[in-house]
Amino acid sequence: MAQYLGKLNKFKEFFQLLFGHPMGFVGVAIITLFLAMAFFAPYLGTVDPTASGDADNLLMPPSSQFWFGTDDLARDIWSQTIYGSRISLTIGFVAALITVFSGTFVGLIAGYYGKILDEVLMRIVDFFMMLPELPLMIVLAAVLGPSMWNIILVVSLVSWPTTARVVRSQVLSLKERPFVESSRCIGASNFQLMFSEILPNVVPLMFAQAVLMITEAIYAEAVLSFLGLGDPTSISWGMMLHSVFESGVISESYWWVVPPIVSIVTLIVSFSLLGTAVSDILEPGYREKKGF
Amino acid sequence: MALIEVKNLKIYFMTRRGPAKAVDNIGFSIEKNKTLGLIGESGCGKTTTAMSLMKFIKPPGQIVGGSIRFMGNDIVPMADEQIRQLRGKEISIVRQEAQNALNPVLTIGKQITEMILEHESVTKETALDRAKKQLNLVGISDQRIDSFPHEFSGGMKQRAMAAIATACNPKFLILDEPTTGLDVIVQRQILGMLRKLKTELNLTAVFISHDLSVVAETCDRVAVMYAGKIMEESDTVSLYQTPLHPYSKALIGAYPSLKGERRQLKSIPGVPPSLIDPPPGCRFTPRCELAQTICSRQEPVLKMIDGGRVACHMVK
Repeated sequence: MAQYLGKLNKFKEFFQLLFGHPMGFVGVAIITLFLAMAFFAPYLGTVDPTASGDADNLLMPPSSQFWFGTDDLARDIWSQTIYGSRISLTIGFVAALITVFSGTFVGLIAGYYGKILDEVLMRIVDFFMMLPELPLMIVLAAVLGPSMWNIILVVSLVSWPTTARVVRSQVLSLKERPFVESSRCIGASNFQLMFSEILPNVVPLMFAQAVLMITEAIYAEAVLSFLGLGDPTSISWGMMLHSVFESGVISESYWWVVPPIVSIVTLIVSFSLLGTAVSDILEPGYREKKGF
Repeated sequence: MALIEVKNLKIYFMTRRGPAKAVDNIGFSIEKNKTLGLIGESGCGKTTTAMSLMKFIKPPGQIVGGSIRFMGNDIVPMADEQIRQLRGKEISIVRQEAQNALNPVLTIGKQITEMILEHESVTKETALDRAKKQLNLVGISDQRIDSFPHEFSGGMKQRAMAAIATACNPKFLILDEPTTGLDVIVQRQILGMLRKLKTELNLTAVFISHDLSVVAETCDRVAVMYAGKIMEESDTVSLYQTPLHPYSKALIGAYPSLKGERRQLKSIPGVPPSLIDPPPGCRFTPRCELAQTICSRQEPVLKMIDGGRVACHMVK
């Protein structure tokens, strides 16, 4: 029981530190706002974002009925913006999870075992690093049909090597540290050395990478959708920009352009803020400075 | 019965200029519950010998001959996995430089429990309880169990290392200069703590140090090493009072004493020989005051004298 309490306390302490960090506070606040938006989308005064409205309401500027105005098919832009957060957040989190975990795993194995295994894994990493994102996406979209999962697949495929590289180089230095040799001296197995001695030292790096990957994935989704490589049936911020560009009214209808752009930028910035705060907090010396 | 018995042990480091004989044909045994001190200058093979007792010799080092019997079983031919299970569980080590030997991102409690969980199938709660007991045993309050290494002082880190090393109740403990880098007051505390550990856990130990006073205080028997060889081995009192080998004499003569008349400390002239190409005969010949022709011709063997052993032509 005591140890669960201890865990809980640590959890509490982490969040206290996070909220005490100005960047962390702002980041978490904005991300929470977006998460709430995605979660409670149906209850936020929205209508079906894909349903075309009356022909009278085409390209309406913001009003009390259409908070953010309407697009060229008389669809409600407020609703599109709200529902769009679902796609961006899903792609961001899933892609980041996949890349960070696979990248860390490969980097850890390659760095720890070294020699031939390292050589082979790093050549594979080189191969995936050189895959061009856009052409790959176009090809995949053509072969598999455009969908959110393709974007996740492509983003993961081209970004795990970066994590693998970064983690590997860190592991190369960590495995030579005296504490690793000490643990080996008192009977730690390779598995234990890798996952309970070296891995905890890489966690801050994983967090930094995860945040980087989330922002990268959100950005990639926007770019790919904007270029028309996203799933045309789903509503996302990138897709909105794509539609406004296609419609040819981009210069007149500011209310259609501003919401997706502001959303993308705000979300990406808030993740960067969170990343900076978390890597500060995970630094072992930080707790003292804050008097914990 | 001897808990650990080393015979004809040879450890060479394969360098480009040929094998460096870091440990050359040495033998000793340690009785249960006794402590053997290994003393000598830097680079005489003390640490190499100690690490070999848990078969922890990294390339280019290599055990080229001899046997190390731990409770009757030779560990030299053992497979890696077999020896890994002995490490920490049966044979454990407290190393020098405790400052860097703890994982900076894990709490002390986690590092002790991990060690227990690796070697024994107990629940996390039991392991945690035992970790607390270990901390108390080495003189740290168990409330510090969630502290990180950087929140500990140097002495506390060394205590924590000892707590980790003895967490699985090993039978044999290697103390590789455990007090190096600590100031004398902390050294004294650590030595007291180690003595307490030794009696409470029934430990047999080998104590490596170049600090003669520390060895005198902790060990039952002492072996003096020089250039990869054991020069003299004897019980602590007789070694310090009547050293036989000229090297032991010189070593002890080079150390100040609190009692007795004040005298000029003598240093040993010269430097230890190359281990790749050691001098023929006795390796101490070039620096020895008593050296005769026979010394550089014939290698002296260890002779039994008064319950000790000494390798010198000049000792009759």
